[in-house]
Amino acid sequence: MAEPIIQLRGVTKTFGTGPAAFQALKGVDLDIEAGDFVAVMGPSGSGKSTMMNILGCLDVPTAGTFRFKGVHVEQLDRDQRALLRRRYLGFVFQGFNLLARTSALENVELPLLYRGEDKKMRREAAMAALDKVGLLQWWDHTPAELSGGQQQRVAIARALVTNPEVLLADEPTGNLDTERSFEIMELLSGLNRDSGITILMVTHEPDMAAFARTIIHFKDGLVERIDTSHRQGMVPEKVS
Amino acid sequence: MKILGTTVILAFREIRRHLMRSFLTTLGIVIGVAAVVTMVTLGNGATAAVQQQISSLGANILQIRPGQGFGRGGGGPRPPDFDMADVEAIREQIEGVRAVAPQAQTTATAVRNASNWQTTVTGTTSDFFIAQQWTLQGGRMFTPAEEAAGKSVCVIGNTVRRNLFQGDNPVGERVRIGDVSCDVIGVLQARGQGGFQDQDDVVIAPIKMVQRRFTGNRDIRTITVAVDDDYDNATVQSSIQDLLRERRRIGPGEQDNFNIFDTRQISETLSGTTQILTMVMGAVAAVSLLVGGIGIMNIMLVSVTERTREIGIRLAIGAVGSEVLLQFLVEAVVLACLGGIIGLVIALVATLIVAPIIQVPFIFDPQINLLAFFFSAAIGVVFGYFPARRAASLNPIDALRHE
Repeated sequence: MAEPIIQLRGVTKTFGTGPAAFQALKGVDLDIEAGDFVAVMGPSGSGKSTMMNILGCLDVPTAGTFRFKGVHVEQLDRDQRALLRRRYLGFVFQGFNLLARTSALENVELPLLYRGEDKKMRREAAMAALDKVGLLQWWDHTPAELSGGQQQRVAIARALVTNPEVLLADEPTGNLDTERSFEIMELLSGLNRDSGITILMVTHEPDMAAFARTIIHFKDGLVERIDTSHRQGMVPEKVS
Repeated sequence: MKILGTTVILAFREIRRHLMRSFLTTLGIVIGVAAVVTMVTLGNGATAAVQQQISSLGANILQIRPGQGFGRGGGGPRPPDFDMADVEAIREQIEGVRAVAPQAQTTATAVRNASNWQTTVTGTTSDFFIAQQWTLQGGRMFTPAEEAAGKSVCVIGNTVRRNLFQGDNPVGERVRIGDVSCDVIGVLQARGQGGFQDQDDVVIAPIKMVQRRFTGNRDIRTITVAVDDDYDNATVQSSIQDLLRERRRIGPGEQDNFNIFDTRQISETLSGTTQILTMVMGAVAAVSLLVGGIGIMNIMLVSVTERTREIGIRLAIGAVGSEVLLQFLVEAVVLACLGGIIGLVIALVATLIVAPIIQVPFIFDPQINLLAFFFSAAIGVVFGYFPARRAASLNPIDALRHE
């Protein structure tokens, strides 16, 4: 078996100092294989968001090691982590987080702009990504002119446009109704299945977590249980 | 370099997306640049106007008068006027003198048919025209023979011509000046308002005639000396001073009882004054440019707070801190430069409108335009840096959570 793409050993994260200090993560050990679709579940305050921030290289652990593709992320500085995100990661947020008054195309192009790609390449790749999420004909619409589900699709296209190895999704369906949620989940699991992209997703909803191959349950800053019952890639029937 | 290109694209997109806000942000710079450039351009025009008026008095000439300074000095007896021997001495003994014109002046009424006109009669020699660089509109100057004989001939200024002859050609006509009947032999080229009086309101006649028929003595009130361009005014001035002290028997340690007036010096003093005024006005206007810079900083800071979430998104999808910094910096600089350009256009229009009204020439000065433009760009850098650094140092997690 190949080395896991993500490897956490004894990761702790403490916010604040002194008596007010709060330990959000209390020594997490975790391996995530490339190509997996992982759902992270747990009650509020269980440390799952802190975990996602660390996995997304947005934050660093207080102690312990985090190796991403063998690289010790905890030793990287701010800019090196930004370059790592740019190169390997894609983000999808609960609140979509698209740039306002900016067309879908320009939103999707943005990560390529930071990669310094030329205009022609940017446009082609962005259109291809919009096509992948089924929004090709909406390319010139601004977020205000798109529904929530469509906005989240634009956000997914933006995350995909750089061909990332890992897609991090923080409650991607949290702001959507059930039907749109299922559409988004089908899109994500399709990407995981067809492109082999590793997906890490935080969610509250068991229905959504059921799309994942691996479900990690968090409690009180620790991994409580890892459920791999969906490893065979069985996509559950749509509950209607 | 690639990063810079990217951020310039982003900056222009951002400005286009918020046209109104962008315009208000840069309004201070627009006003500041417009004010500075308008002030300086008009000030330069005023300086040029002053210089032109002074040079129309005759460039590079020394005027020698009895007495000290402008007035006649304190009490005591009036210092003696000059005489023809002084004029000859200057002409023969001083090096670098192009023309020496004695002048005796009086006022008289010139009459022709039913028209009469009160004017200044200047008795002089033909050197006067050389010294004053004055050419004729028609007719001729007086000949050495007429000068020596003190014949009753005269050259009239344009104002006198207009008042006595209207449209008629005065050359060959006769006018009565005071009690003297005089042949008009020439008309001076019009010069217009020079310094503080109408230079064209003059009748010029041979000095001997004026002395004999009007002043009744041989005194010369003023000697005008034109200095050769190859010689230094100050040197010529001091050798004339030495000569006249000797001729007027002024002992060592005694004060001069005459003064030598260098028109170039006045010209320099006056244009120096207008230049200082221009600088002061420019400096006051520059303060408004500075205030404009603070306006940019203010709005950029607000904009950083307002766009915290956007900054978070950019950082999350892989923008490096320096790219965010550069983006905000470039936005500020682009805004400031656009403001500068708009300000320059406004200044151009304003000066083109105002210059004719306040009667100064419009002089386009590329230097001040460039300077104001680069200054506004520099303001963009200086006042854009602080907000930009603040944006770049945001923590992506906090920024994303920002509502």
